[in-house]
Amino acid sequence: MSDQIRRAARAGTTEPAWVRHTLIALALAFMALFLVLPLAAVFTEALRKGWDAYWEALKEPDAWAAIRLTLLTAAIAVPLNLVSGVAAAWAIAKYEFRGKAFLTTLVDLPFSVSPVVAGLIYVLVFGAQGWLGPWLQAHDIKIIFAVPGIVLATVFVTFPFIARELIPLMQAQGNEEEQAAIVLGATGWQTFWHVTLPNIKWGLIYGVILCNARAMGEFGAVSVVSGHIRGQTNTMPLHVEVLYNEYQSVAAFAVASLLALLALVTLVIKSVVEWRHERELKAAADLPPENPNVRPVPAVSAVAVS
Amino acid sequence: MSTAISSLPLPAATVPRRAPRRVLPGFNLTLGYTVLYLSLIVLIPLSALVFKTFTLNWDQFWAAVSSPRVLASYRLTFGASLIAAAVNVVFGLLVAWVLVRYSFPGKKIVDALVDLPFALPTAVAGISLTALLAGNGWVGQFFEPWGIQLAFNPNGVVIALIFIGLPFVVRTVQPVLEDTEQELEEAATSLGATRWQTFRHVILPSITPALLTGFAMAFARAIGEYGSVIFIAGNMPMVSEITPLIIIGKLEQYDYAGATAVATVLLLISFALLLLINSLQAWQRRRAGGAA
Repeated sequence: MSDQIRRAARAGTTEPAWVRHTLIALALAFMALFLVLPLAAVFTEALRKGWDAYWEALKEPDAWAAIRLTLLTAAIAVPLNLVSGVAAAWAIAKYEFRGKAFLTTLVDLPFSVSPVVAGLIYVLVFGAQGWLGPWLQAHDIKIIFAVPGIVLATVFVTFPFIARELIPLMQAQGNEEEQAAIVLGATGWQTFWHVTLPNIKWGLIYGVILCNARAMGEFGAVSVVSGHIRGQTNTMPLHVEVLYNEYQSVAAFAVASLLALLALVTLVIKSVVEWRHERELKAAADLPPENPNVRPVPAVSAVAVS
Repeated sequence: MSTAISSLPLPAATVPRRAPRRVLPGFNLTLGYTVLYLSLIVLIPLSALVFKTFTLNWDQFWAAVSSPRVLASYRLTFGASLIAAAVNVVFGLLVAWVLVRYSFPGKKIVDALVDLPFALPTAVAGISLTALLAGNGWVGQFFEPWGIQLAFNPNGVVIALIFIGLPFVVRTVQPVLEDTEQELEEAATSLGATRWQTFRHVILPSITPALLTGFAMAFARAIGEYGSVIFIAGNMPMVSEITPLIIIGKLEQYDYAGATAVATVLLLISFALLLLINSLQAWQRRRAGGAA
């Protein structure tokens, strides 16, 4: 009887079982076809000729050079964008000022620019025929078709990730806690390190891993500025392209499998970060309501001491 | 700081709900740094593109951006991006719906996998989709007997763009779907609506702005996409050559002016789409604010 009522009540906000199961099956089939299959294909193709061929492909000097260059690029681009992303988020989320909407759009801009265009604009500034080309040539500085150009293009493409994660988070949290810290005599840096940073740490970690994944995987922009010099200016994605075009399928997929692993690790860290963040939110929500009478004694004394 | 507070011309009766905004230090530092950084990394290089375009006169510009081969590339890029974004709206809504409304084993893994196209480098996606869809691939072999080619033609371009765009729709629709109020659906049902009517007239209107935003984002991304497409497209002039590849081709022939002209067209389209997405999101926020 009560079971029947409950079913009738739920029928208002859900679908019959057969509809539910069909929709779930359709969604899973789509995901399997478009997401799981390509991922599985990378590893299958990489191991087509066995583990020995796989290791040989990864130990090859040019592959090593590409891995090192990719790590170097990310090691420069991610910290640069970390600092500027936090600065941009602080300015945009904590204050009201004229032109704020415009600045926010500018921060997002690199996402909407085609990677090829992103590479091209650096060629127009630093290339042989570009604005600074003659000057750079006179001083024997190479930016385009060299590592600095690759880093610059990567910085451009990955700039929005961290700011974009942080801005909505910091806006939602408001300024009250920071203002309290300032009123109690904290300096700006103390406020940032001890109040803001703990509040935004999950968003920050998430932004950094996304930024890193894109920095290591960027193809279009880097392809325009790199010049594809084997062993020198080929990042991992570019090395994959070179190998693939030379019909070295196993070697191409072997290097690609490292990038796919990076993507999987990124997804796992992202899920863990989200899970921990949710748990913290839930823990905060489960706390008893503020009431001085039922507060545990140690907490009161801690407040009194500080 | 105290002077800032006391100088505010507020009547004594109205206690400011938000304390004065410049209590926090660091405004000049962070804004100055952000503007400097954005200028160096984004604005000055982008202005190089604009200036380079202005070195062409109108006829040269027009000739560069409207040659038959370039026009064919626009048709392919826009057509394939439109189809891919439309497919993504349908399946993105389906995936978001299933993830929000139903529970099934492995749901957390499926949820995490949605972001794979964000995390997987485009070149990897490109070669892997090509391996799958080629005539001898896992998927391609089932279509080959019917004479359907999935790779090395516009079909491949569409499939690669569907892969790239999927997370945009799912991730914009999902939070909105989570926030929809079940009370409204209960009300609709108790007033005699069928489940389909409830979906059509209650749920769908409330997620339309998010769906459109996701569509525009997937479309914008697809227009500029390069890495995943060039492996699978076959890159035949007039048939399966996307616009970003035209830019690369012109650069390789040292035709910097021509490359810049086509890039300017792409950039203008990106700006237009960015404005559209911004206004769609503003609509979304108003919709959300009105419902609350």
